[in-house]
Amino acid sequence: MADREKLNLTVNSDNATVDADAGATLLTVLRDELRILSPKRGCNQGVCGSCTVLIDGTPQRSCLTLAVTCEGKPVQTVDGFDADTKMALLRDQFQQNGAVQCGFCTSGMLISAWHLLQEDGALSREDINAGLSGNLCRCTGYQKIVDSVAAASKEASS
Amino acid sequence: MTVENSKTGVTAGVVGHPVAKLDSGEKVMGRSEYIADLYRPNMVHGAVLGSAHAHARIVSYDTSEAEKAPGVVAVLTGDDVGEGRMGAFIKDEHAIAKGKVLYLGEPVAAVVAETEEQARSAVRLIKVEYEELDAVLSPEAGLAKDAPILHENLDDYFKVFDTGSAGNLASRTVFEEGDVEAAWESCDVIVEGEYTTEPQAHVAIEPCGALAEVDAGGRVTLWSANQSVFRVQANVCESLSLPMTRLRCLTPRVGAGFGNKMEAHVQPITVALTLKCGRPVKLILTREEDFEIVRARHPFKIRMKTGAKKDGTLIARKCEVLLDCGAFADDSPGVLGYSLLMARGPYRIANVRSEGKLVYTNKMRFGAYRGFGNPQVTFAGEQQIDDIAEQLNIDPIKLRRKNMTHEGDPWFLGQEVRSNGLKQCLDEVEARSNWKKRNQAAQRPGVKRGTGIAVAAHISGLLGTGAIVRMLEDGSISLNTGATDIGQGSDTVLAQICAETLKVPLENVFVSSPDTDGSPYNWGTTASRVTYTTGRAVAAASADVEKQVKEHAAQMLDCDIGDLELRDGGRVGIVGSNTDLPFFAVSAHAHWAVGGPLVGTSTLVFERDTLDPKRAVAQGLPFPRIGVMSFSAVVTEVEVDEVTGQARVVEAWSAADVGRAINPQLVEVQLEGGFLQGMGFALYEEMVWDGARLANPSLMDYKIPTTRDAPGVVHPIIVEAPEPDGPFGAKGAGEICINAVPASIANAVEDATGFRHRSLPMTSERVLRGMMSADKTSGEEAS
Ligand code: FES
Ligand code: FES
Repeated sequence: MADREKLNLTVNSDNATVDADAGATLLTVLRDELRILSPKRGCNQGVCGSCTVLIDGTPQRSCLTLAVTCEGKPVQTVDGFDADTKMALLRDQFQQNGAVQCGFCTSGMLISAWHLLQEDGALSREDINAGLSGNLCRCTGYQKIVDSVAAASKEASS
Repeated sequence: MTVENSKTGVTAGVVGHPVAKLDSGEKVMGRSEYIADLYRPNMVHGAVLGSAHAHARIVSYDTSEAEKAPGVVAVLTGDDVGEGRMGAFIKDEHAIAKGKVLYLGEPVAAVVAETEEQARSAVRLIKVEYEELDAVLSPEAGLAKDAPILHENLDDYFKVFDTGSAGNLASRTVFEEGDVEAAWESCDVIVEGEYTTEPQAHVAIEPCGALAEVDAGGRVTLWSANQSVFRVQANVCESLSLPMTRLRCLTPRVGAGFGNKMEAHVQPITVALTLKCGRPVKLILTREEDFEIVRARHPFKIRMKTGAKKDGTLIARKCEVLLDCGAFADDSPGVLGYSLLMARGPYRIANVRSEGKLVYTNKMRFGAYRGFGNPQVTFAGEQQIDDIAEQLNIDPIKLRRKNMTHEGDPWFLGQEVRSNGLKQCLDEVEARSNWKKRNQAAQRPGVKRGTGIAVAAHISGLLGTGAIVRMLEDGSISLNTGATDIGQGSDTVLAQICAETLKVPLENVFVSSPDTDGSPYNWGTTASRVTYTTGRAVAAASADVEKQVKEHAAQMLDCDIGDLELRDGGRVGIVGSNTDLPFFAVSAHAHWAVGGPLVGTSTLVFERDTLDPKRAVAQGLPFPRIGVMSFSAVVTEVEVDEVTGQARVVEAWSAADVGRAINPQLVEVQLEGGFLQGMGFALYEEMVWDGARLANPSLMDYKIPTTRDAPGVVHPIIVEAPEPDGPFGAKGAGEICINAVPASIANAVEDATGFRHRSLPMTSERVLRGMMSADKTSGEEAS
């Protein structure tokens, strides 16, 4: 069995010390050690995007990221946006527009979309398509997701 | 009942209103719990070992190394399970390989350990001694004389209909109406061709998994990613020879199902593991395993022939199909029969014969997948309609309109179709896509543009369902149907039907999660059936409660039942007067004074016959009673890159007759999502076998559409031809949205390039080759 190490992580502004295998991915530590379950394991190969979280402010695939590399960097999952107005806009639009079907992709999708909304000005559909191309959704056909991000971006920049 | 739309501020009836899905709030917060998110005290983790051979006898197991590995709690092999077998149509499958392995990767042993990692490493220490047998890797090879036989005891297996099984032939079906062979003579034009489609993976983003625990009395509780807790219960109990009373099946949220989660995956193994070790066991498949051991869309080989008169009247069609079943029958006999039932298309054709064979091979099982064989036969049939249109120089939409079925027409084999919005679907896509002016946009250099049309039908229905509607003491409503919401929003739709019937606010209806202990039987979330069949039961059970409410109110208000009406907001009052009672007063009266608690129930089974023996003959009919018909028309505009051959959908118009859209927004998402899944199937999705090995079991090697591949815009168009006995007229929407998509794209690619693709997927390479040969010849397929 791999060596266990003590890791100091900051997740959603909380400090946590966990015992984890040296080779453990951030996704495994978040889910199995911290029971933060919003990042989903869709492929564990860095393709589907359902495990996307923010590390130091940028969206990363937590299934490809070793947990040890996250020490000293803030990690944010979709649970950590309580007071965030842009995330609130996105959530509202996703619900109103029917952008949520099974919801398995939703956490990762919202993280990627939130990151896109940090750009100034309203996003074009091309921007959104490019920005969400690493998040797979098998249910919606993406149209209502893109509509929702476009509407949130318009609202955010008005 | 009214509801306020927070976006528009407009109030409207709750049926027909795009209310947000009831579970969308928890989902945007990331709080929904799927199977992998469940934990139980003292829980351990399971992992499976895949067979090393496609076809072999299991000689012996050596589990000693695995048992000594760190963290290991128990090991399971075929020796631990009895002779029980499961299967929707043919009971041919054990919980885990026993005696023989029938495909590469088939679960042959399993381990439980303290951690998932420990289980995965320990399972690899199990040694299985095999005696290798020759493998059958194609249906043709399976039918060959002297072919190795997969299921040596096939004759003894229980079958739910006359399958005609023999050797490696799992089932055969033949349907005929009219006299096809005699009819060719009266045709002025006949088109004929062979078509092939490749296996498509479901790729629900959530991989399959299960969690089981056993209580002190030996009773098991099982959660799993599923499309029917009742099919889970049946499969586990049949394969492990358990009485159904010993197993309770529940469902967490499900990360989508497209047919893959309808029949069993790892539930039987997980239950066997928990029974063996006594602790709660969770077993979640990796993405690779999900590709390799669950199920996939059938590859089809289709030979089709269609004939018409000079004026375009369709006279005859003949369709022969050959299906690869994979190692177990699963839903395959149903897919075969259903595809043959749909092979006529939604047309009036007097002479039709369709027949097919389903053959066991040493590959993973093929099974149910959104469309259930219909997209494949529609791919062939709708291209032939275009071929005829071209030869007769008739506009493709005009030709379809001339031959389409109408309300009241019988379906192939005779069932009456009581609602039919096909004409309106055609009218809508023709007008909205500006069909008459198609391809007139300025051509971009290096790009060929084309537009295609295809139509299709689909059933909603099948088998048993029920609903229990209870009025709680405070007058609010608890709705329990046993139907699993797989993300498509059926909980919301059923709550809308209940709220509308009882005139209560939607938020006063709570939808219980399916539970085999407490829910009425529901065959499953499949066959586009929940809105139509379960919706009917919900409407009837709600009406039952209405009746009881009125009986109480008549007593309490001292009036006739006939003088009472339900009023918005959950009240019952005397017609023409202000006198009324809130439901909580009525419910209190029932709970504490007279009659007892208010419980409305309804159960039903779809009862109309598929076959009218006076019209048609059928052999091997898997669905004696099937369902009502939905219709669709899809226009697609594509651009083909002349250099790379890449075909791209630029814009699409997808119209579907869903009877009545209980929730239009949820219908739109079906049309949009179904289009994209059909587009992936048409253009690039393909599971590739290298001999017996699936060569691309990962999302890196098996590509599904992303935002970059999605068309510029898909226009969802809802058509409503109410079904007389549907709830508020509703029919299903889940599959009708995919059936015509591949054919529509193929017709558009032909329009763009002059080349007719008879094989899916239409990859860049194939389209490029097609274009090159079309330049040389008149466009007949070379490969
Ligand atoms: S689970 Fe990380 S990208 Fe799929
Ligand atoms: S909503 Fe199901 S995968 Fe996106």
